[in-house]
Amino acid sequence: MAKIKGAVVIDKELCKGCGLCIVACPANVLGHSGEVNGKGYDYVKMVNPDACVGCASCGTVCPDSVITVYKVKI
Amino acid sequence: MGELRLMKGNEVIAEAAIRAGVDGYFGYPITPQSEVMETLMIRKPWEETGMVVLQAESEVASINMVYGGAACGKKVMTSSSSPGYSLMQEGLSYIAGAELPCVVVNVVRGGPGLGTIQPSQADYFQVTKGGGHGDYHVIALAPNSVQEMNDFVTLAFDLAFKYRTPVVILSDGAIGQMMEKVYLSDFVPRRTEEEIRKECGDWCTLGSKQHNYITSLELDSAIMEQRNLHLQKKYEDMQKEARYEEYMTEDAEYLFVAFGSASRICKKSIELAREKGIKVGLFRPITLYPFPSKQLYQLGTKMKGILSVEMNAGQMIEDVKLAVECKVPVEWAGRNGGIIPSPDEIVVALESKLIGGK
Amino acid sequence: MADIDIKDIIKEENIVYKKSSILLDKVMHYCPGCSHGVTHKLIAEVIEEMGIQDQTIGVSPVGCSVFAYNYLNVDFQEAAHGRAPAVATAIKRLLPDKYVFTYQGDGDLASIGAAEILHACNRGEHIVCIFVNNAIYGMTGGQMAPTTLVGMKTATTPYGRDVDRNGYPMKITELIAQLPGTCYVTRQSVETAAAVRKTKKAIRKAFENQRDKKGTSFIEVVSTCNSGWKVDPVKANKWMEDHMFKFYPLGDLKDSTRDNPADYEQYIKD
Repeated sequence: MAKIKGAVVIDKELCKGCGLCIVACPANVLGHSGEVNGKGYDYVKMVNPDACVGCASCGTVCPDSVITVYKVKI
Repeated sequence: MGELRLMKGNEVIAEAAIRAGVDGYFGYPITPQSEVMETLMIRKPWEETGMVVLQAESEVASINMVYGGAACGKKVMTSSSSPGYSLMQEGLSYIAGAELPCVVVNVVRGGPGLGTIQPSQADYFQVTKGGGHGDYHVIALAPNSVQEMNDFVTLAFDLAFKYRTPVVILSDGAIGQMMEKVYLSDFVPRRTEEEIRKECGDWCTLGSKQHNYITSLELDSAIMEQRNLHLQKKYEDMQKEARYEEYMTEDAEYLFVAFGSASRICKKSIELAREKGIKVGLFRPITLYPFPSKQLYQLGTKMKGILSVEMNAGQMIEDVKLAVECKVPVEWAGRNGGIIPSPDEIVVALESKLIGGK
Repeated sequence: MADIDIKDIIKEENIVYKKSSILLDKVMHYCPGCSHGVTHKLIAEVIEEMGIQDQTIGVSPVGCSVFAYNYLNVDFQEAAHGRAPAVATAIKRLLPDKYVFTYQGDGDLASIGAAEILHACNRGEHIVCIFVNNAIYGMTGGQMAPTTLVGMKTATTPYGRDVDRNGYPMKITELIAQLPGTCYVTRQSVETAAAVRKTKKAIRKAFENQRDKKGTSFIEVVSTCNSGWKVDPVKANKWMEDHMFKFYPLGDLKDSTRDNPADYEQYIKD
């Protein structure tokens, strides 16, 4: 059976750390990085990348369009 | 020379707009200029030239419709009278700030407040000094005949597009309501979208991939100051558009300065005064902004005295005094509240205020 | 262990979601988590998918979204406070084959611009009106809006909105649904992925209505203003769900075409 694997790339310099993507993710892939970007925001990163299925919920709710979502069938 | 007709000033504005290839008129009824939109609705130019005519919900809406149409590079206009023109100041400030071309006809009535529906020139300050918020001016043309109501529509659009600025035709209830013979302008077709793109494509919002946007907003004060300086430079360039008429000034010792309806009365007053041996002439500013200050200085400073004749409490007199740098006595004469002064009373004022001495 | 290396997933051909090409690269000035960003994005995506970039003219309001023209790569006009529907009316009348949309907040649309929006909708202008309702004046610092809920604290209702002092919250979308010129009136939101997708469908439908000359389409997006509400973005969404949705229920209020003029002509027939 084909398995779906996803990944997201977050532009950390443009992320404002609002956290809406973290809540939107059904697989708890995302979390605050605990680090700040050039604008002083605690940006978001994949904290549990293996769980990502590429559903794009994070990208869909992102107000700043900083998330690109990738998906493959393996 | 175009077709000869007997028409009302307000009707002529409508006819001239159709013939000038205007794309859109947006208006709201107010006395004494409602015939402009009524005439357009009767003429149905949307069938003839494709011109849009729309009755808006208010003057606030109509001037903002003008903003929207002007930003598309279209030839758009509105008309109103004093209280309605007051409501348009918001939109005019935005249009001036965003540097858009448009024409507004103000058929002035007496104020303040709801005032009267009778003719007046009491909007001189409001029209020539900007009117709305911020440092801006509009070009103001003052017709004194039904013929000029026709001629100034084309002139106003030419100037509006040349300088990307609102141009106001500052008329009054007398010119708007009176019937006179008029030679109507020949028809000019409306510009096609391609023609508009050619002329205004670098700024107008007709839909494009080049992201044209129209705004008067700039939060960076340093840039905003530059924008203001650019506007001021434009107003300086506009000074060369100053227009005026002189009448019987060659041997004049005294001078009436008057525009619009008042200038017509003055011509009769000149006849009456000259019968009494008073050598008086007329200087009629045709553009109230830019005010023909240099020309008035040259002529006015040779006079024994100047009478600024106005259908208001004395507004243009300030520009007259500035023009002649107070080198000769300048007095005011006129009537308020919608009353047109009689030729006699202007002569009496000339005698009592300037010739008889104070 | 993953069966595939992440580097093999992150490849151009595997992209399933990315920023719309209609969004410019400028960083939005909005606060973190602001609903404006999502709403802008949805408009951009619809314009991109319909292929109408060079046929679209947007009109932005006065308020936080005043700079919408900095973010959306279509021709734009910035209108005076509340006047966007009047501006859009003229654009659409003069350019009937183009797509025209307005974007306004609650103060702009329902307070100072109440006359302009009601009349544009009543005339049945073939335009799309996007109404972002976050129940507060964001840009000026969080003052009471016409849509502020009773009891809600704002900078000008520091003890909560009081009906005797401030009047009732205005359901202007319900008023607009009554107007014969509107063809599609809906209330949506953008707090979850599912809600965002529904709102996008609504915006798409609105633009298609404009193409088909069905009348005015009006989309309210019930939104958050976490800065104005003084909560974090996630809590703002929760507060909106718990309170705003009760007073401003989501869903379509109207989905048809604007009224048939013939139905109105009978009244003065003999």
